[in-house]
Amino acid sequence: MSPAFGRRFFGSYFMLLLGLTIVLTMSLAALCAPLLAPYTPAAQHLDNILQAPCSRFWFGTDRLGRDVFSRMLYGGRVSLWVGFVAVGISISIGTVLGLVSGYFRNWADEVIMRMVDIMLCFPSFFLILAVIAFLEPNMTNIMVVIGLTSWMGVTRLVRADTLSLREREFVSAARLAGSPTRRILFRHILTNALAPVLITATLGVAGAILAESSLSFLGLGVQPPAASWGNMLMEGKSVIESAPWLSVYPGLAILITVLGYNLLGESLRDILDPRLKQ
Amino acid sequence: MTCLSALSYSRFSGILLRLAHKAIWLFLVLLGITLISFWVIHLAPGSPTDMETTLNPLAGEAARRQLETLYGLDRPLYIQYLDWLFRLLHFDFGNSMSADARPVLTKIMERLPLTVSINLISLIIVLIIAVPLGIATACRQNSLLDRTVTILVFLGFAMPSFWLALLLMMFFGIELQWLPVSGLTSLGYAELSPWGKCCDIARHLALPLLVYIIGGLASISRYMRACMLEVLRQDYILTAKSKGLSNHAVIWRHALRNALLPIITLLGLSVPGLIGGSVIIESIFALPGLGQLFYAAVMARDYTMIMGNLVFGAVLTLAGNLLADLCYGLADPRIRSAKGHD
Repeated sequence: MSPAFGRRFFGSYFMLLLGLTIVLTMSLAALCAPLLAPYTPAAQHLDNILQAPCSRFWFGTDRLGRDVFSRMLYGGRVSLWVGFVAVGISISIGTVLGLVSGYFRNWADEVIMRMVDIMLCFPSFFLILAVIAFLEPNMTNIMVVIGLTSWMGVTRLVRADTLSLREREFVSAARLAGSPTRRILFRHILTNALAPVLITATLGVAGAILAESSLSFLGLGVQPPAASWGNMLMEGKSVIESAPWLSVYPGLAILITVLGYNLLGESLRDILDPRLKQ
Repeated sequence: MTCLSALSYSRFSGILLRLAHKAIWLFLVLLGITLISFWVIHLAPGSPTDMETTLNPLAGEAARRQLETLYGLDRPLYIQYLDWLFRLLHFDFGNSMSADARPVLTKIMERLPLTVSINLISLIIVLIIAVPLGIATACRQNSLLDRTVTILVFLGFAMPSFWLALLLMMFFGIELQWLPVSGLTSLGYAELSPWGKCCDIARHLALPLLVYIIGGLASISRYMRACMLEVLRQDYILTAKSKGLSNHAVIWRHALRNALLPIITLLGLSVPGLIGGSVIIESIFALPGLGQLFYAAVMARDYTMIMGNLVFGAVLTLAGNLLADLCYGLADPRIRSAKGHD
């Protein structure tokens, strides 16, 4: 094993391990929120309004006397759920369009690629905000809108892989054996193009979490009293001078979670697909 | 002679063909931008008259219909689209539906200089820091510096810009009280000398600029490092080294020029992110830029303003990409000659 290979091997695997640990810890904390949270997220402790972090309230309380730690655990559920569903939507759309574009080429490719060009011209946060403005700002709408505005990268990646895979012998063999097109696309081509999809999905979760928290911070995302890291920061902003802890902990949670997904995605890229590294 | 003229003729027709292809692409993309900007908003369930009618107990169904007629919303959707498109061709984005009812384009143009200058200044500062940093980390791969920068870059990528803004406000604005935390000017701005006015604006822009710079540093220094590593692996670098050139000459004269090329594309691609990011940063710091205008339009469901901003943002992005394409062609002689020989 050459030293360079060893460094890359251990570097990538260390990142993978760190990313995985963060992602699993955050996911478990969110899943087990009802078991871990000392209080319910809406429970008000009126004798402890804007209480600084102490042994009773680890991360302090907010303006309504609610426990910040408990709300953060429940807020984590929102972030992760939005992240997974939004990425599920964007990966599904992106993969299907990429497969169709790369496999059929001709006009299908032209139409889909021009759609990608057009969508990429929009600052995505502008587009998300514009749509959300006319919808009720709730979790379902946010997930759908983030998903519908972030499929273009996946389409390009899957298309590029499909273009080269469709010329390979095993695809020709499947075609000659009379396999239906759908089977060729999903069974033979997609399974060989899964690595970039998996990497993009992992990095996409980080992007979706950031988008959701940004929306909630602007008051267009998850609406109070439901807790989300973004809307907790929004509520904290108005009392930033007297209760800075409200503006610190939820942000830290976003930072750590996004860092976890980024580390996981980048290390998967190093290990699974060094071609994509840059 | 004939051969030469035939060659220049084929080169000329090649360029014409490429230009025609690009023009058709541009036309289709522009049409697509207007289509999406229009349909996305009109197909969503809410209506712009909701704000004026549902919040007003005196406004009934008749008032709602009257408002719809006033704004032309009672006509078929495709007529509304064609009408809007026709007016766009004359640079008429319509009037804002907010209380002032001023033309959308005027309002956008008032706000544009601030957003563009903040983004440009931060981009220049980012480039000044990120390029040498990328080179240093690439040349000393796996050193302590490289590892430290890598960790910071990962933190920079994961840091939500609005949280960073809050932390900076808390530290520099509230804790140390060095910098103002919102707005573009102080209360006594009008009485200040010209130099005092400049300093006042600079103090107000310091924190927003810092947020932009920290965000941009992560991506550009990382990308610069990757490009430099890629170039350092090339055969011509080996040739330069084997000629006996100093390390300094190899890096600054042979590697840097080639490694800088992809950065041009990255700058072009970063335009939508910068425009999108301005919504959050300008809202937090109460800066009267394009982002804040868009946010206010979204909150008020100001139809024409949202559509105008969407089209404007998309066209700016498109212009950024085309400019990057053009600069790339100018900077790279290989691309220039490849285009000529097409």
